[in-house]
Amino acid sequence: MSAAPLLALDAVSKRFVRRLDAAEKIVNLFGGNRREEVVHAVDNVSLQIAEGEVVGLVGESGCGKSTLGRVVAGVHAASSGRVLWRGRDIDSLSGAERREATLKIQMIFQDPMSSLNPRMRVRDIVGEAPRVHGLVSSGEVADYVDRMLLRVGLDPSYKSRYPHQFSGGQRQRIGIARALAVQPDFLVCDESIAALDVSIQAQVLNLFMDLREDLGLTYLFISHDLGVVEHLADRVVIMYLGRVVESAPAAELFADPNHPYARALLEEVPRIDTRKRVFQPVKGEIPSPLAPPTGCHFHPRCPHAMPRCREEAPALREIAPGRVSACHLNEA
Amino acid sequence: MTRETVLEVRDLRTHFFTKAGVARAVDGVSFSLARGEVLGLVGESGSGKTVTGFSLMGLVDPPGRLVSGSIRLGGEELAGLPEEGWRRLRGRRIAMIFQDPMMTLNPVLRIDTQMIEAIRAHAGVSREAARERAREALARVGIPSPDERLAAYPHQFSGGMRQRVAIAIALLNEPEVIVADEPTTALDVTIQAQILYEVQKLCADTGLAMIWITHDLAVVGGLADRVAVMYAGRIVEQGPVDAVLDAPFHPYTHGLIGSVPSQNRRGERLTQIPGMAPSLLSLPEGCSFAARCPRADAACTVMPELSELEAGRLARCHHPHRTLETARGGAA
Ligand SMILES: Nc1ncnc2c1ncn2[C@@H]1O[C@H](COP(=O)(O)OP(=O)(O)OP(=O)(O)O)[C@@H](O)[C@H]1O
Ligand SMILES: Nc1ncnc2c1ncn2[C@@H]1O[C@H](COP(=O)(O)OP(=O)(O)O)[C@@H](O)[C@H]1O
Ligand code: SF4
Ligand code: SF4
Ligand SMILES: [Mg+2]
Ligand SMILES: [Mg+2]
Repeated sequence: MSAAPLLALDAVSKRFVRRLDAAEKIVNLFGGNRREEVVHAVDNVSLQIAEGEVVGLVGESGCGKSTLGRVVAGVHAASSGRVLWRGRDIDSLSGAERREATLKIQMIFQDPMSSLNPRMRVRDIVGEAPRVHGLVSSGEVADYVDRMLLRVGLDPSYKSRYPHQFSGGQRQRIGIARALAVQPDFLVCDESIAALDVSIQAQVLNLFMDLREDLGLTYLFISHDLGVVEHLADRVVIMYLGRVVESAPAAELFADPNHPYARALLEEVPRIDTRKRVFQPVKGEIPSPLAPPTGCHFHPRCPHAMPRCREEAPALREIAPGRVSACHLNEA
Repeated sequence: MTRETVLEVRDLRTHFFTKAGVARAVDGVSFSLARGEVLGLVGESGSGKTVTGFSLMGLVDPPGRLVSGSIRLGGEELAGLPEEGWRRLRGRRIAMIFQDPMMTLNPVLRIDTQMIEAIRAHAGVSREAARERAREALARVGIPSPDERLAAYPHQFSGGMRQRVAIAIALLNEPEVIVADEPTTALDVTIQAQILYEVQKLCADTGLAMIWITHDLAVVGGLADRVAVMYAGRIVEQGPVDAVLDAPFHPYTHGLIGSVPSQNRRGERLTQIPGMAPSLLSLPEGCSFAARCPRADAACTVMPELSELEAGRLARCHHPHRTLETARGGAA
């Protein structure tokens, strides 16, 4: 890649501090020992996404996928590290440039109902932002909204309705139309089809693929459904407890995962063409992000763990062109 | 299969008499279940899977009512049983696992209290013996250090652990049949695989029969012996898992399988089913799938019967796909 990536994360971390509630403070007054807890939801993640690429982000619940997505979309500020848009640190941009960059990155959520204002009509949900940001004039908004709705496969004659008057799949399309209306280059999709039925999931996935084709969009596609990610993504990033453990071209990763966690995870995916399989699960629970295991976070569940793994966190190393993995086994 | 039948459901109808009209949530469902068998019940949300499960447990509340049909458990007729009779059966001969384990667990009681009570409600055993049985049940679903866990409260468990405890409770009185309603849908794949692994062993080792309700065809492929596909309150296809998933007869099953990403080549458009499921309050005359079906014609304005097209394979369709044009690659 010669040009700067469309989006890059440089050593980004996001920490959440759980403050003491009133009761706990009182306990402390009486000699208690309640301390604030810090969650390293995203821990020193670096990542480059090229223009037109679809990157799938996977991992178990609580590993930091949504948090990373929100940092990318500017919903959360990073606690440390930099987010670069077309090679420039978003934090260093001034007023207009910054607004431009943040409009170009749009996020689509899991639950379309809670992300759509129930008291707004569809035409306002879709039309408001482009009008406010001066992308279309007031006179053109109506036409523009019609085009956006058609674009996502909704009948424009529905535009006076409210969100609750639509099905789940239709609501997700409204959310997509709203994001498209500000002419983004980059979509962060966080479990955007998880709440939909299989047949409706296929409709929305097809829509994402069409939009990529027609508008040249770039995606960060967060999903716990590895089948969906395998289908859609060019590259897959696997997270475990806040850290990236492997990143690889999708075809290579699914054919031959390197990291022991990646192997275990892919092994678990039920596939429609494997029948009466014997499930052979990874042992153990997902550890608490409040007290992640020392060294390699995966060591308590890893079948290959060595003494060193308990002490030292493995660094991400290149194991093949365009492919990195963080495991001590890769050091010959 | 010539195993002994434990459950025989014939022409089950459960309707909801609402202000807006009569919702025929379950409308003529028939199937049987043999010892040690896992029947996968699949379908989109609202197709009547949960109501079918509730009907088998005598848990349908007004405005819902079991309108007609027969449910024979080990030869005994359950339909029309008074609540008193259901209470004797429930948890002892037939038990249910819910998507949300907190439907089973009481948040303010310790696990041991809940389990011991569940045993002593049905069996005249000492507290000590009941406690021992509870301990064994926890161990059987793969809960480490069950002795300590017995003294814990539900909130001290992760989602996956809670679901295992709920399964352990369902197993306590060694029921003949368990109805599991999407018990792993909310869990991570690694945790789902752990639970599927335990469930698989239980059915093989103890002869427990199970109805596994899910919308995930891949899970059904990995776990079930037979599958029944529901659409708008009716079973539209039923048969051995391999046969149904490899060469579905019904256009809906065909479309569902096509919607699963792993059935399609990477990056290609998914074969999608157009439109969405009809409202149960305004079902069309004739086949309920007609509006979405690529094969629909004039004949389909008459409701098709569920007929046996091959030994052990049923489908409700005037123009079923025949075996040669299989799901893979076959035109819809
Ligand atoms: N606003 C917040 N305040 C405190 N902690 C948070 C906050 N948001 C996330 N966390 C914590 O950060 C960690 C990562 O959360 P995140 O939502 O990013 O996980 P995820 O990978 O998206 O999980 P899921 O698959 O369940 O959506 C979790 O431990 C979570 O509890
Ligand atoms: N208490 C109720 N009152 C009215 N309708 C109901 C009730 N419970 C379920 N239904 C209807 O029955 C149908 C089947 O529901 P359900 O069995 O929960 O579907 P699923 O297949 O998603 O489990 C739905 O259309 C639902 O709206
Ligand atoms: S570093 Fe050690 S514990 Fe971590 S994945 Fe590699 S072998 Fe396993
Ligand atoms: S009966 Fe007709 S409409 Fe119904 S599934 Fe068969 S072909 Fe399609
Ligand atoms: Mg999330
Ligand atoms: Mg249900």
